[in-house]
Amino acid sequence: MKLVSTDKISVKYGTNTVLNNVSMDVSSGEIVTIVGPNGSGKTTLVKTIIGAIKHFDGSLFIKDNLKVGYIPQRLQMDKTLPITVERFLNLTQKISSKECAEVLSAAGIPSLIKSQMADLSGGQFQKVLLARALQGDPDILILDEAAQGLDQSGSADFYRQIENVRNTKGCAVLMISHELHVVMGASDKVICLNGHVCCCGAPEAVAGMPEYHNLFGMETDGALALYKHQHNHKHHIDESISEVSV
Amino acid sequence: MLTDFMVRATIAGIAVAIVAAPLGCFVVWRRLAYFGDATAHAAMLGIAMALALDIPIFGGTLIAALLMAWAVTQLSGSSLASDTLLGVFAHAGLALGLVIASFLSGVRIDLMAYLFGDILAVTQMDLFVIIVGMLLVIALIYWRWNSLLISTLNEELAYSTGVNPKKEKMFLTIALAITVAVSIKVVGILLISALLVIPAAAARNISRTPEYMVICTAILGIISAIVGLQFSYLFNSPPGPSIVCVCLSFFIIFSSIKLLNIHKKYN
Repeated sequence: MKLVSTDKISVKYGTNTVLNNVSMDVSSGEIVTIVGPNGSGKTTLVKTIIGAIKHFDGSLFIKDNLKVGYIPQRLQMDKTLPITVERFLNLTQKISSKECAEVLSAAGIPSLIKSQMADLSGGQFQKVLLARALQGDPDILILDEAAQGLDQSGSADFYRQIENVRNTKGCAVLMISHELHVVMGASDKVICLNGHVCCCGAPEAVAGMPEYHNLFGMETDGALALYKHQHNHKHHIDESISEVSV
Repeated sequence: MLTDFMVRATIAGIAVAIVAAPLGCFVVWRRLAYFGDATAHAAMLGIAMALALDIPIFGGTLIAALLMAWAVTQLSGSSLASDTLLGVFAHAGLALGLVIASFLSGVRIDLMAYLFGDILAVTQMDLFVIIVGMLLVIALIYWRWNSLLISTLNEELAYSTGVNPKKEKMFLTIALAITVAVSIKVVGILLISALLVIPAAAARNISRTPEYMVICTAILGIISAIVGLQFSYLFNSPPGPSIVCVCLSFFIIFSSIKLLNIHKKYN
């Protein structure tokens, strides 16, 4: 079942066409990744889907009552606004302290419930954002370069968690990523975007397409292999304390 | 009881402190300090227009504040940054207001009262307007609270939960305009943004959640109003500036405590 689909969507900023006839869709349970160079319109596409961009040509279909869990591109937490992790998780939905503690344990960060959001490390922060996005069992998770700013093992860990969430909860995932090597292996479908859709399909198929190589050049060499290699390791960036005590 | 000018002044001060608390926090969180200041300056044009057209001052300032906010929103994003536009409109509003006021024949206006407030001259009618304005703003903020917070944190996050941050910004602008309009009598055009920013900035040092910060801000504002007025009564100092000075002392105390704590933590 289709959750989201765009049909020939075009978006202009002034006279500059950012998206040109982009058609894509995400079905339930599917992991779809958007890759593309800087300025290729990845974020614009996601913003259009979540409703932040109102002026576009073409048509946008969103399933009725679709529950979206969104993780923005490295949300800058301003120090001027004091907010604890617990309060942050209560923003769109009231949950009790107990539920909050459970959510955070499940995310692997049980001790942070009273911490200030602005004091968290990059990895902890993304885990809180993910925990928030997963509240209320969303039909689709939308991530805009959510692992930006994490180191390589941290981001691999993060994407593994996303895959895990999909497998256990069955929600669809639409994500943007720069990190080809991590993302390619974890996706069901890859969309190469450069203003328009260059190519699209299963990661193995896309990796063999000339458009993909034109877009990313040398970067693509061994992308899938690298991901698979990393799969053999386990990294617990934020649980280092528990590992020490064991 | 309401016939005593000090009682009326104190109630007006407390009401303005309460209304300024949530707005002041949003001003601090969203970096709107200059916007608040500009809205207040533009109110001078509203005062002059109100005197010229013989409509209530409150109505005139409210309209001027809303017009300025609307103009800045419409024009920002063009070739000029919004702080430049605010600079243009704020001081144009102030200057234009003063010029128009000078042309009004037969009206002698006490400029000092509008620039620095005239809380000791608050009438029962003024008090009524201030309290209704306060209730309106509190109701508006209470109703929009979570949507306003999430829009302040991140616009895309807001959109993804079905909140339109542009709409929330409009609510905030309206609330700010009402706050400015009801505060003029108490602290005057030039000190309104002090009343918005300073208590909230002081409360930031001791707050862990947004709600707690609003409540702390309100308490600090109320104490400042009461202490400032008493100080002004005892030492014959101007009341509006005295209230702001008490706010400032809170800011200094809490910032020092915070600095000391940080110092301890890292030494």
